[in-house]
Amino acid sequence: MNPRFRSAVLPPAIAVVFSVMLCSIVLAISGANVPRTLGVMVAQVGKDTTAVDIVNSAAVYYLAAVAVAIGFQMNLFNIGVEGQYRVAGIVAAVVGGGIALPPVLHPLLIIVAAMFTGAAWALIPALLKAYRGVHEVISTIMMNAIALGVTAYLLRVDVFGEQRGNNVSTHTIPDSGTVGGFGFGSGGTVFGLLLLSVVVGVGYWMLLNRTRFGFELIASGQSPTAAAAGGINAKRMIVSTMLISGAIAGLISLPEILGRDHQFSLTFTAGYGFTGIAVALLGRNHPGGIAFGALLWAFLDRSGLALDNIGVPREIVTIMQGAIVLSVVVAYEAVRRMDLAAEKAEVGEVVAQ
Amino acid sequence: MRRLRGLLAIPLLLLSLTACVKDDPNAISRIGKGAACTRNSPPAAPPSSSSTTTSAEPVSAPNMRVGLAYDIGGRGDTSFNDLAAAGIDRAKAELGVTDVRELSAAAGESPSAQVARLRGMALEGFNPIVAVGFAYTDGIKQVSKEFPNVKFGLVDSVVEAPNVSSLIFAEEQGSFFAGVMAAYKSRSCHVGFIGGVDIPLIHKFEAGFVQGAKAVAPGIQIERKYLSPAGDTRGFNDPGKGNEATRGQIDAGADVIYHGAGASAKGIFDAAKAGGALGIGCDADQYQQPTLAGVKDIIIGSALKKVDVAVFDFIRAVALGKTADLPKVFDLRNDGVGYSASGGKINDMIPVLEAYKAQIVSGKLTVSQQPTR
Repeated sequence: MNPRFRSAVLPPAIAVVFSVMLCSIVLAISGANVPRTLGVMVAQVGKDTTAVDIVNSAAVYYLAAVAVAIGFQMNLFNIGVEGQYRVAGIVAAVVGGGIALPPVLHPLLIIVAAMFTGAAWALIPALLKAYRGVHEVISTIMMNAIALGVTAYLLRVDVFGEQRGNNVSTHTIPDSGTVGGFGFGSGGTVFGLLLLSVVVGVGYWMLLNRTRFGFELIASGQSPTAAAAGGINAKRMIVSTMLISGAIAGLISLPEILGRDHQFSLTFTAGYGFTGIAVALLGRNHPGGIAFGALLWAFLDRSGLALDNIGVPREIVTIMQGAIVLSVVVAYEAVRRMDLAAEKAEVGEVVAQ
Repeated sequence: MRRLRGLLAIPLLLLSLTACVKDDPNAISRIGKGAACTRNSPPAAPPSSSSTTTSAEPVSAPNMRVGLAYDIGGRGDTSFNDLAAAGIDRAKAELGVTDVRELSAAAGESPSAQVARLRGMALEGFNPIVAVGFAYTDGIKQVSKEFPNVKFGLVDSVVEAPNVSSLIFAEEQGSFFAGVMAAYKSRSCHVGFIGGVDIPLIHKFEAGFVQGAKAVAPGIQIERKYLSPAGDTRGFNDPGKGNEATRGQIDAGADVIYHGAGASAKGIFDAAKAGGALGIGCDADQYQQPTLAGVKDIIIGSALKKVDVAVFDFIRAVALGKTADLPKVFDLRNDGVGYSASGGKINDMIPVLEAYKAQIVSGKLTVSQQPTR
């Protein structure tokens, strides 16, 4: 086996197997039927709209994880994806619901508005980091709290909100601004903006592998001092990386808003930003790895529902997710050391000859 | 690898940082002066005719398969969901229902999961299906169309469809009693309200409480605080924050605290007890709740929102085939909301509360759903 391929694929495989084993033990202790439980998790995929729902969730997780991963490439921890996507989501919904434009142009404008807002929300911690040395973990978490307040304010009935029963939402985006999906009859509808995730994924790969910026990004991550010595402007890198990360974070809510909800409401799902961190870790910041991680995460999330249905505590899924992320980290380290040892031995042999 | 070790520390940081509590700047500027309360005399005592309308028609539905979709927290949340669970338990006991499927929502799940939960139960043949919480509105809207022969009950929200019964409440009427109790029991003429999340549903609790307190003592000072902004549901499950907010209100001078904060209640009552204040329960009769047994001595009464009654009535109405007879709104008139005086600390006030109740039932007194400042 190609060693490079092995060191990329082996660790996640070990991690998944390990966490399945760990969860089996937990299940057995709690008195559940282990084979049946795992069987139900696998079998659910073929039922009803589950497969489509998993793909839809994965599309959203993918955007969130790429937003996080871009920062991770240069050791920049954008914990603020959560706040960036919420603020961007409501601004996009307000813009989309307040403007009438022809189709195609309308959703494009909404997408631009969302990216712009996400980037603007990320600009503040970026500037604080670049020019005042404020650690981005601290400032982005604070920005998340502010984002909650800002979102709540924008949703007020006397601002942009509209009360519907006990819920409050923005005005509905007219049909010209929505994006249809790929229908599978009773199997559900895949978000049209799944394509957005694909575009972002390809763009992310191109950025890393085919652009000077990507090279500088990775160089800054591997050794900031060497990067500085090589003439890379650290401040410029911080600000532009955060802006790109924020702009992509701004896209997170769009598949759901433009493809299904057509508005931003009180009950809009929270937590995608944090899921993105886990998925980026799982996918090792690699465009392909993240896609795998997003699908796995969405599958596990969805399994909670199937397990609840047969009376197995859904928390088992949370245990499994946590175990997978932890063991991926451990497994990569273990495989890296193994490779290192193998390399040393090989070099030793060559020298000995 | 240094990078990864740093990453692992992030969740910990998140936990500790998001636990920070913002303080209400207004709370400081309104420090109570302990002024004597001028209290209005209560309305004239009502004619003692309680209008219980429960028809004693015996119903048995042993073959009914009931599906119940809880909001986040599920059975055992000591609040809203537990009341729905009590309704189901009563249906098991009184209607002989045996086949019940209870599922609960996960925090931060996507709306497609809610649809799938409801649809899954409908596909398996559960009928009726009860959804607890307004987060299910869109799910019920969609799934009720797909299964026109299944009866759906939706707690706390309205969906206009022939096979959906919207089980909504006049929360403001129940909370009015909390306001009356608080205004009578306050020594400093200063009371407090703590809401879980700053949303229209909880504004109704605040509105009723404020109107009730002002009906008794127009000059009363009222602290109000919401634990989290709209869109952030953590305020319903954050006893720590509830504790902090309650201490703030007690420091400002309030000595009776009412809440609409779900599972944050534990922290609220703990702080009230520590600060020598009194507490008023919400939704369920919280004096009786085992999880609050340690603080029950300061709970003077509760404002009731009888989700259990609504769920049971709905299942019963389905068994009878009479869902059209369900009340449009569960309010005082049909005993869907009310108060409880368990613990005996407000026995002297019951005539007063009954007098206000008669006024509201007769329509002489309307309780607003919007809080007044």
